[in-house]
Amino acid sequence: MKVAFGHMGTLTPIMEMILEDLGHEAITPNRPTRQTLALGAKHAPEFACIPFKIVLGTYLECLKLGADTLVSGGGYGPCRAGLYGELHRRILKDLGYEFDFIFFWPPLKKPFHFYKQLHKLKGHHSWVYLWRIIKKAYSKLAVLDDLEMMAQRIRPRELKHGSTSKGFEQAMDMMRQAKTGPEIASAGEEARALMQKVPFDDTRQPLKVGIIGEIYVQLEPFANYFLEEQLGHMGVEVRRSIYLTSYTRHDILSTRGDMGSRTLAMPYLAQKVGGHGQNSVGDIIRYAKNGYNGVIQLAPFSCIPEIVAKSLVPRLSKDYSIPVLTIFIDEQTGAAGIQTRLEAFVDLMDQRRSRSLLVGA
Amino acid sequence: MSQTSLCLFCAFIIIFTGVKYLKRQIKVGIPRALSYYTFYPLWRVFLEKLGAGVVVSTATNRKILEEGIKETVNDACIPIKVFHGHVFDLAGRVDFIFIPRMISADGKSTFCPKFLGLPDMVRFAGVALPVLIDVRYNRKGFPGGLLRFFLAVAAKIGMRNPLTQIYAAICAIHKQKQYQRLLLKGLKPLEAIEVIFGQKKSHDFAGKGKNQKTSSEKRTTVALLGYPYAIYDSFISAGVYDKLVRLGVEVITFEQIPLKEMRRFSKIMPQNFFWYYSNQVCWAGLYLLEQKSSIDGIIHITAFGCGPDAMVDKTLELEAKYAGVPFLSLTIDEHTGEGGVQTRLEAFVDMLHARKTINRAG
Repeated sequence: MKVAFGHMGTLTPIMEMILEDLGHEAITPNRPTRQTLALGAKHAPEFACIPFKIVLGTYLECLKLGADTLVSGGGYGPCRAGLYGELHRRILKDLGYEFDFIFFWPPLKKPFHFYKQLHKLKGHHSWVYLWRIIKKAYSKLAVLDDLEMMAQRIRPRELKHGSTSKGFEQAMDMMRQAKTGPEIASAGEEARALMQKVPFDDTRQPLKVGIIGEIYVQLEPFANYFLEEQLGHMGVEVRRSIYLTSYTRHDILSTRGDMGSRTLAMPYLAQKVGGHGQNSVGDIIRYAKNGYNGVIQLAPFSCIPEIVAKSLVPRLSKDYSIPVLTIFIDEQTGAAGIQTRLEAFVDLMDQRRSRSLLVGA
Repeated sequence: MSQTSLCLFCAFIIIFTGVKYLKRQIKVGIPRALSYYTFYPLWRVFLEKLGAGVVVSTATNRKILEEGIKETVNDACIPIKVFHGHVFDLAGRVDFIFIPRMISADGKSTFCPKFLGLPDMVRFAGVALPVLIDVRYNRKGFPGGLLRFFLAVAAKIGMRNPLTQIYAAICAIHKQKQYQRLLLKGLKPLEAIEVIFGQKKSHDFAGKGKNQKTSSEKRTTVALLGYPYAIYDSFISAGVYDKLVRLGVEVITFEQIPLKEMRRFSKIMPQNFFWYYSNQVCWAGLYLLEQKSSIDGIIHITAFGCGPDAMVDKTLELEAKYAGVPFLSLTIDEHTGEGGVQTRLEAFVDMLHARKTINRAG
């Protein structure tokens, strides 16, 4: 099978490795570009969110490269992302493409369906083998998450502009080439050492910003206009609320989700609203309690759970006295607009911090 | 003697008024928006039988819309904004505002996330409000979800007599069933509410609905699909329903299709939606498309930025395309103008008439 899948940040090399280990030909999607988005937006419903459009564009590009199977997955409501697989399939069939679609529901919600789909993908390999390659993929994913966190920490402290991003790219390349267990372990060590070698000034006290919001726009740098990098170059240390290893730990295997954020959110939003709506509310509180200087909420335009969360933001921001910037992203969003807003937000946080330091002294 | 009786009389009056004051009827406000159009009789009868007075907010007008827009998050859809306006309209007039957290009405599907977070969105909108009755309406899981809902509402307004509660619940369910029968006959929700609460008789609205269908075999029929809170709030939908009737078109909405018939499609659709209203809209569309030549066109009313509708709209569009039925998607928002809607409806209906003539000639 020639298998393709949607592009999502650091998940892409992992998916590629799993599929190749299962003996499929992986059609690895390129990083999404403006063309990908335009292609997706052309065929997508107007009010579908930007992840839908980017992924649809990616599928179209991969199908043109000869993919015959698409792999995707999603939650079971009330966020609409779970229905995206079915609608993608319908739209692509309507455009005249022939392909097989493998869609994973959460295993606890639809165990039999999940088993059937997994069986299709697994082919003749044994379950033990599947378990082993998933474990291997997870260890690689953990390294990638570590590298991302290191980059987020070093970037605001780097001595030479852009050296962190360069080091990070090299480290990622190194990891991409590591395919077996021992290779991953040694490449992980090397990549970490590479990141450590980036010259940085540890005495700086950068502003700290927490990023919350919808998973795809958080994880896919193209979808959020390389926000992490932009902030890092403005001298801000960022921390996302979602990393893939934490996501796999909490959301796919169990449907109960991250208890910490949910418990914190209870007094404000006493109901699971799908997606990461309730997590976003709880995460604002957690960041405030951990002394962060501000929070940026990222969401695709017309994302329902995040709209619910956003309507609580003014109150949360007041109660915990933490500035929150909400950015809704769609295909019309301009890079300059985002940059201006980030600059203004960073200035605001900077002033707040120096004022509080003065008062403290 | 007369003095004593006068004293007694005075004392009696004081005690009586005092008791009356203590037993002052509590007033519960129901916003005339969102689930009002589907569940109003159920709620009103239950609350009234418990001894509470029910106040409904005024029909949507410019002021309500503007108040709503001012305090609601700007990315929300217009029905949500209007809902906030209705709540603010009730604030200060009532002791409680009834905003149940709609989670599941049929035990399977859920509601749009905005419905799920609605009480919280309203509570933190930054306007002083009376106590909210934000009880969960959830018929999922263990049987008796409706009972749980009723008990929780009764507890919230402080009616603890179990016999009254059960009696009120039975009356409420009875009226709700009657309401649904009237909707099936082709009455609009507001008309059906008037009939149920005795302002008008059912035959006042005769000449509508099924009994006329046989005589009007040749009239152009349009399926007006969309959520009841968008279609029947004639202020935000710019009166689409009435405009179509005035254009001489027979209108079918999803309320006029028996639920049993629609449920059939839950098995046929490759994947059902997660949401109550969206499923019904989509099933209704499939049902009408299946009944060959029962409709000449489909109009889908959707609110700007409506998340579920992005899915529903595309699905209906594709299905209508395969069935060869014209499809019009009308997006409404706070800037929707009467003229724009009128023009588009006229063009669409003209096109349907022209198609009919051509088909008949061919």
